[in-house]
Amino acid sequence: MSSVAQKKSFGATLWDWMTTVDHKKIGILYLLGGGFFFVVGGIEAMIIRIQLLQPNNDFVSAGLFNEIITMHGTTMIFLAAMPILFGFMNAIMPLQIGARDVAFPFINSLGFWMFFFGGLFLNISWFVGEVPNAGWTSYASLSLLSEGHGIDFYAIGLQIAGGGTLMAGINFLVTIINMRAPGMTYMRMPLFTWTTFVASAMILFAFPPLTVGLFFLTFDRMFGGNFFNHAMGGNTIIWEHIFWIFGHPEVYILILPAFGIFSEIFSMFSRKRLFGYPSMVFATVLIGFLGFMVWAHHMFTVGLGPTANAIFAVATMAIAVPTGVKIFNWLLTIWGGSIKVTTPMLYALGFIPSFVMGGVTGVMQGAAPLDYQLHDSYFIVAHFHYVIVGGVVLAILAGVHLYWPKMFGVMLNEIMGKITFAFFFIGFHMTFLIQHWLGFWGMPRRVWTYMDGQGWELANVISSVGALFMAIGVIVLVVNIIMATIKNAPVGDDPWGDGRTLEWAISSPPPFYNFAQTPLVRGLDTVWIEKMEGNESGLTPSEPLQDIHMPNGSIIPFFMTLGLFIAGFGAMYHAETAWGLPVLIFGLAWTFVSMSARSLQDDLGFYVKKEDLEKDLQRKGGRK
Amino acid sequence: MMKGLKKWRLFSLLAALTVFLAGCGQEELSTLLPAGQVGKDQFNLLLLSSAIMLLVIIVVVAIYVIALVRFRRSKVGEDHIPEQVEGSHTLELVWTIVPILLILLLAVPTVYYTYKLGDVTAMEAVDADGNPENLVVDVTAKLFWWEFEYPDLGIVTAQELVVPTDEKVYFNLIASDVKHSFWIPAVGGKLDTNVENVNKFYLTFDKESKNLKDGVFYGKCAELCGDSHALMDFKVKTLPRAEFEQWVTSMKATEKAPEAEGATDVATANQGEEIFNKSCITCHATSAVGESGAVGPNLASFGDRNRVAGFLEHNEKNLKEWIKDPQKLKPGNKMPAFGQQLSNEEIDALSDYLMGLSVEK
Amino acid sequence: MDLNKKFTPETWPEHPERATLEAKNKFVGFWLFLGGETILFATLFATYLALKNKGPAGYEFTTQELYQLPLVFVMTMLLLTSSLTSVYAMYHLKNYNFKKMQLWLAITAVLGLGFLALEVYEFVHYVGEGFTFGSSAFSSSFFTLVGTHGFHVAVGLVWITLLIFRNAKRGLNLYNATKYYTFSLYWHFIDVVWVFIFTVVYLMGVIG
Repeated sequence: MSSVAQKKSFGATLWDWMTTVDHKKIGILYLLGGGFFFVVGGIEAMIIRIQLLQPNNDFVSAGLFNEIITMHGTTMIFLAAMPILFGFMNAIMPLQIGARDVAFPFINSLGFWMFFFGGLFLNISWFVGEVPNAGWTSYASLSLLSEGHGIDFYAIGLQIAGGGTLMAGINFLVTIINMRAPGMTYMRMPLFTWTTFVASAMILFAFPPLTVGLFFLTFDRMFGGNFFNHAMGGNTIIWEHIFWIFGHPEVYILILPAFGIFSEIFSMFSRKRLFGYPSMVFATVLIGFLGFMVWAHHMFTVGLGPTANAIFAVATMAIAVPTGVKIFNWLLTIWGGSIKVTTPMLYALGFIPSFVMGGVTGVMQGAAPLDYQLHDSYFIVAHFHYVIVGGVVLAILAGVHLYWPKMFGVMLNEIMGKITFAFFFIGFHMTFLIQHWLGFWGMPRRVWTYMDGQGWELANVISSVGALFMAIGVIVLVVNIIMATIKNAPVGDDPWGDGRTLEWAISSPPPFYNFAQTPLVRGLDTVWIEKMEGNESGLTPSEPLQDIHMPNGSIIPFFMTLGLFIAGFGAMYHAETAWGLPVLIFGLAWTFVSMSARSLQDDLGFYVKKEDLEKDLQRKGGRK
Repeated sequence: MMKGLKKWRLFSLLAALTVFLAGCGQEELSTLLPAGQVGKDQFNLLLLSSAIMLLVIIVVVAIYVIALVRFRRSKVGEDHIPEQVEGSHTLELVWTIVPILLILLLAVPTVYYTYKLGDVTAMEAVDADGNPENLVVDVTAKLFWWEFEYPDLGIVTAQELVVPTDEKVYFNLIASDVKHSFWIPAVGGKLDTNVENVNKFYLTFDKESKNLKDGVFYGKCAELCGDSHALMDFKVKTLPRAEFEQWVTSMKATEKAPEAEGATDVATANQGEEIFNKSCITCHATSAVGESGAVGPNLASFGDRNRVAGFLEHNEKNLKEWIKDPQKLKPGNKMPAFGQQLSNEEIDALSDYLMGLSVEK
Repeated sequence: MDLNKKFTPETWPEHPERATLEAKNKFVGFWLFLGGETILFATLFATYLALKNKGPAGYEFTTQELYQLPLVFVMTMLLLTSSLTSVYAMYHLKNYNFKKMQLWLAITAVLGLGFLALEVYEFVHYVGEGFTFGSSAFSSSFFTLVGTHGFHVAVGLVWITLLIFRNAKRGLNLYNATKYYTFSLYWHFIDVVWVFIFTVVYLMGVIG
């Protein structure tokens, strides 16, 4: 193996990607997979806005509309936002801490394939014609009543994808705990690494309840269970609790890495170290902790009683404090800096007012009695899109522009990047700002149509036009990506010129073994420190050049997931067909055999020889 | 002087907000034009929280804009290396403590109103003679319609809730199939109708509905409940106490076989009644005396309704179309189509009869 | 890593389960995994408590009538003992005594198998009485909680069996020491969960 680029047949390339355990490649896979589902979810969003463009519209039927909103929400959260963020975590975080790879490269690959097959499973429902239709929250009474296999696709698809997420979470945690370069203490870690750490810890504690909840749903729908059937003593509120014990932390699992990306951007493009770094770290951890204490604010109208509502109301408001600390620290980071408005910085600057808006409406809904009015109205739709789009999606788009050169070795066009931003940002506010008022004016969410004469017509037109703007923005981004790929102009280690952290001191894209010599970290923003001291490379090695141990690629993760995927269909059809049960057993056995194969063999990896590293280093020196 | 200035600022902020918020929406379904004490309490919380939050937004945006204007690289110079400030304990303390104070300002009324609006202790109260002191309505939400029973009065109705003004009306809420949520935006916040337990709360109605555009307040289902969730509307008629009692009396009188008094053509209406008794009566009652639990909506006061099926304009054309093919208008509802079963004349007669079922005329 | 490197009890590291970076990763990762498992079981316990004794109108089964403490007590003893024997095995792991470690692990597996057999017997008995998985919310939550634990025991048994046979010829090295060690962690975890099941489900069911 060497890092020299070789012309390979298509089959060999495909095999290479299917068996890869390299965190950078898996990062790219996550980004592409998530990007694909982002487009799918976006098309679903456009259909929703077309349907609501005018009263009594019949662009889609009532049943289809419910399927589309369900798939839009599920796709965007589980298959787009989270995987894309995982893509950045995979590609960037190990570089930021100077690690060779993640702690479990094999499991990393397994996590990706589980996400991908889970997403595939969920979306196959469109071709079967039986699609989940009880909303992304899939509240139990409706999801039990739902006919066909729609909800089964939801339960099993998310089960598979969720398993992958849990593995990724543990993997990132161990990577950060065990594999930091010498000198990279916890309080020197870049904020993106910190937020990855906290988000991963939240995954570890939030996803098991989802797993259990989905199993209950699967049992109730497919195996004769009675957890939620109240005629048999079951209770649907249990689903609501379990779902939100997962669901609320999930929101923070998404937003914390977004905070991390923006923290990097603010600091980089202001040429200043992050203001109040320790309090930023503390706020991140505190948000992660409080995130588990507030799930019932999604259930203020369920009838839990005034005491529960009051406690959860106050707990919810408390989260505003650490979030506020973050906002002001960002403001003070750019204050007194040297602000360069690049495309990523533009997104970061757009993020502040957007996210503050989403945050304050969150506090408003935290006031339980007020939430009785706002809950499940269009106000909540506006609120969570301000948080998810104004926070997470802006971070994703910023991250795409920021890290594209690091991941792919080419820059995206800055002008087109700014055009994307302009369309997306304006469209976003057009779409969702007015929806706050739709909520005030009594429009419930998840309605497939509305009667005229209720005063909602104009606002819905504005909202739909805004959605079109967002779509144009995304199309420009896709064109930008295609053009940059065709143009293929290689960039140096630090294409932005203001890199502060370790990922900007390695070539773009990095060699598969990452740093030839593990760097020595001398402080927060270690590359910046080195550069200020005149060390152009930005690195001080902590070890002599020596052989590097690397893991072998493996197809087993792909096969393991394939087994689960097959078993899913078996479980779904076992009650009505003869082949269901055998297929279920076959799929699980397939997975088990693949797993055992992995367990029984001695897979010790290989070494990159010192001589090859030296050759690589010389070539790198000569290239620029 | 500073204090006065602050007060003035807050006041002008509130005033601007009020204009901004209240200038919009329609009286019969806007949360911004509350027509009851519960809605007003919630609206006040909205004003308070909006004011606090607007303050936060203004501060953030101000710092943000100034920073953007002053510290652009084009201004400070390409080679400028800013001072690497680590942080400031004083500042960080300020923006921890100030938000805590703001949150407290909001938290106290929040907790107060949570308990106030959740207080249903008076629900079971009886006077010296053992008569209930407060009006209680049992609401049952079904796919996709609403049933309202007045347990202490012995009557039941559907789709149109009739309540007296200026007193607390208590509600028992439950769903009979899947979870729904009971919401009258202009009067007060929602409460879910769960399948396994009864939820209780109260609302007050301060405004008579007859002055509104359609003469009713709009009620909504606020929880996704299936295909026609969007069409699961109901209407609320609010009457002064005396008129309400009159209404109750007439409703009770429907127990004796109701004559289609209001019908334009008595002969066809009588024919319609026969058809009704043959085809409809297994699911629909025309006597308002009874309890909840019917298969289909009670039709005792159908002629007085504001809408067909809760959302269509109340005329014979819509009614006939509904009887012919309810699935086309409200997908997923439980009523079978009668377009094949009944001839056009029969449906004409039936709708004549139904439109004549009135307690108010 | 060099699998052919031969150790003696003297050169064998004090903490063989985390002597290399990979081993350390597995060690930390497995602890975290058990953290997630804890939440998983906590959710199952909470659901069981919420649905305990809940069934359709006129449902005949209650915890008081259903559970048989003597049987459960024997199961508990089997599992607790197996935890102890796995501790012996780990003692020999640290001392680089491969044969004795294998022996104690085999005993652990046999005890675990005994536990599992009794659990299967218990379940079959309940089903025979009409307390089936689908008969009520109570039965669903009972079988899911206790069954998930039983499934974990089964997975553990397969795991340790594979380990014992796979390494029988290979002997102990730094590559598989971690595997043995994480198995013992897992086995203790299962044991702890069972202590909770014994207390919350059976004792509190019959006495409480």
